[in-house]
Amino acid sequence: MPNSPLTPGIVPARLSRDAIARNFSDHEPPFDQHEARVAADRCYFCHDAPCMTACPTEIDIPLFIRQIATGTPEAAAKTIWSQNILGGICARVCPTETLCEEVCVRETAEGKPVEIGRLQRYATDIAMEKGHPFTRAPATGKRVAVVGAGPAGLACAHRLAMKGHEVTVYERRAKAGGLNEYGIASYKATGGFAAREVEWLLSIGGISLQLGAALGRDITLDQLRADYDAVFLGIGLQGVNALRAEGEDKQGVANAVDFIAELRQSPDLMGLAVGRDVVVVGGGMTAVDAAVQAKLLGAENVTIVYRRGQEKMSASTHEQEHAVQAGVRIIHNAAPLRVLGNGRIEGVEFAYTQDGPDGLVLLPETFQLKADQLFKAIGQTLTGAPEAAEQKGGKISGLPAKVWAGGDCAAGGEDLTVTAVAEGRDAAEAIHGQLAAQ
Amino acid sequence: MADLTSNFIGIKSPNPFWLASAPPTDKKYNVERAYEAGWGGVVWKTLGAEGPPIVNVSGPRYGAIFGADRRLLGLNNIELITDRPLEINLREIKEVKRKWRDRALVISLMVPCEEEHWKAILSQIEDTEADGVELNFGCPHGMAERGMGSAVGQVPEYIEMVTRWVKQYSRMPCIVKLTPNITSILPPAMAAHRGGADAVSLINTIKSITNVDLDNFSPFPMIDGQGSHGGYCGPAVKPIALNMVGEIARFPETRGMPISGIGGVTTWRDAAEFLAMGAGNVQVCTAAMTYGFKVVQEMISGLSAYLDEKEMTLDQLVGRAVPNFVEWQNLNLNYVTKAHINQDDCIKCGRCYAACEDTSHQAIAMGPGRVFTVKDEECVACNLCVNVCPVEDCITMVPMAKGTLDPRTGRNVGDYADWTTHPNNPMSSAAAE
Repeated sequence: MPNSPLTPGIVPARLSRDAIARNFSDHEPPFDQHEARVAADRCYFCHDAPCMTACPTEIDIPLFIRQIATGTPEAAAKTIWSQNILGGICARVCPTETLCEEVCVRETAEGKPVEIGRLQRYATDIAMEKGHPFTRAPATGKRVAVVGAGPAGLACAHRLAMKGHEVTVYERRAKAGGLNEYGIASYKATGGFAAREVEWLLSIGGISLQLGAALGRDITLDQLRADYDAVFLGIGLQGVNALRAEGEDKQGVANAVDFIAELRQSPDLMGLAVGRDVVVVGGGMTAVDAAVQAKLLGAENVTIVYRRGQEKMSASTHEQEHAVQAGVRIIHNAAPLRVLGNGRIEGVEFAYTQDGPDGLVLLPETFQLKADQLFKAIGQTLTGAPEAAEQKGGKISGLPAKVWAGGDCAAGGEDLTVTAVAEGRDAAEAIHGQLAAQ
Repeated sequence: MADLTSNFIGIKSPNPFWLASAPPTDKKYNVERAYEAGWGGVVWKTLGAEGPPIVNVSGPRYGAIFGADRRLLGLNNIELITDRPLEINLREIKEVKRKWRDRALVISLMVPCEEEHWKAILSQIEDTEADGVELNFGCPHGMAERGMGSAVGQVPEYIEMVTRWVKQYSRMPCIVKLTPNITSILPPAMAAHRGGADAVSLINTIKSITNVDLDNFSPFPMIDGQGSHGGYCGPAVKPIALNMVGEIARFPETRGMPISGIGGVTTWRDAAEFLAMGAGNVQVCTAAMTYGFKVVQEMISGLSAYLDEKEMTLDQLVGRAVPNFVEWQNLNLNYVTKAHINQDDCIKCGRCYAACEDTSHQAIAMGPGRVFTVKDEECVACNLCVNVCPVEDCITMVPMAKGTLDPRTGRNVGDYADWTTHPNNPMSSAAAE
């Protein structure tokens, strides 16, 4: 008998091949030309537009939307990319409901913002097909090392290459893209989009990619500083917080980020095993992405348990609604006490919590959830940062001369793809400024 | 429900909404559908002289201007008068009129500017029992090249001459349809009046090119790589039509002559505006071509509700705004208003600020938190901010009370005074004394 959502344990192929394909197709299909024109027509072309201010990369949103409205999506894409070279993936994964679209005056006026994210995708999708729109400045003879081929590193590398510098990007994993490639829900970037975007970005030239090169193992900061005119660190947050609950080492307990990465890299989702009763502990986008995808793979029961109230969840309301719509149950104000089971997880015991002026208090009332799989999604941590980097609050806060940092590993800004792009780009401008002054 | 029954120059219809002479009234099938939908009357698409019918192009006949979401704002056409044989049209007109006695049916005519042609066509239509004729002196494309349509409407003497023939050879009520493709609408209107017309209808379409094909470098509608000017109509022409209707309604020599208002009537509100500007009824085309005949139902319910609310009859609405349509020189220069932005309604788009700061009088301040406020000492009350604001009534023009200090001029708001008595006017009557 084939597996179904009711099959106990962690097993593959709980749903039919068709159902899996349907579940993991583009969850927000692209606009066609007519839809894009109608959506673009709604933009008021605001003065000093609030959307632009809310965008960490400060894309000139009213301008690119007007360019779409007037039938020039390629010009629109160039407006986007001149600020955010990863505008394609950002159009798909940005929590626009808490950024540009949240402050759209149409949201104020009628509760329905201009669909900026989808318009951005429309323009960048069309223009990406036409090749790479930027060219490099004359060669400067300067060489820069970029550590980490995630959004920050790629944005930095591209801007430096544009300015005429030679860039080498070191990446510890087998593929470039960072969280775009390994860390976001599959249905947000279908069709290998992250990899295509990297290839398109690199086609500007002047960037060489060294895959499988980890900082501290294959390369050191000291050596890079000696070999290059400048170094940019975009190493992200590679560690995962522990549950700090009894029995965390039982079989069936895994990191949500690893599950998401495995799913993203899986050549055939029919081969990917998932539990019948899945519990995800955490309250951010990673928790939502893991939970929704577990459900889409055919888990019968998927529950997100978050230790604080709904309003404290870092996943946006939009993301939470998306999870609930997918059939995920969200329990607030409960913290894990112990993982139950004999060697293999069978359930999780939680205590209810109360968030008060003295912090989070565990209440005596407890409950148990049946579980054959548990994903930890309670935040990532900075690991593998070079000794020379000063740290504050778990982020890189100070660096020696010739070294810059950006993205999730660096202090300042939210841990978002778009913020990483902005920081990478700005670091490149700073590096260029310094190299040009030499 | 207010009574919308209309009596226009003796032609009765259940409401003042007629379909204008145009493609929607070309044949029995369409006209009956229009009556079924509720239209009060139709002006049958223009008939030409007996003989081989005219020929239309078989490429695009229309071009258009769009607003947001492809809302059709202006339509341009190069279609000529009816291309069906005269006898078929006459037969159908008779059939329709017999079946729809309560509806108005007027026949539009256009034949060469020679007396025998007009005499002949008038005798041919006599037997249709139609309610009246409308002389098409308006079409600006195609037929004008052949000395008809607007080619006649642009020469007041011709208008007067043909109108006389029509009144001489027919007892039918006669409406003269005017072209807006002239410098002033008054000479053609006066000519129609002198010729004995029972009414004028206006406007016919405006000579236009809606757009240029940027791949083939041809005006549009493009016929095999070339384009000709067309006649422009639809919501975009309403302001031009309203002015011309109003000019005729207030001008001493033409005052009181019945007017059938045409030009961009799309809603009951547009119709009410034409009536207030002096039209006795309205004719519609583009709105029906855009949305279908059912639109008349909104016009009927809307106008009726408006009249009820105002406790007014249809006749009382007609011409109600005409006395207030004055020359610029008679406007009160001591009437002072200031823009006021309602902060509760403001969505903080900043369009008022951009418009005022970049293109007007720098009279709007942008404060922290995108709070936009009017600087009374700079505001000349131009109304541009009101017009660019996406939220209706968020910005309003608030009149200053008489005697209060206008911070822009440093003078107190005074009594009525217009340009004719203004000291800066070298021709001012006060200065002349």
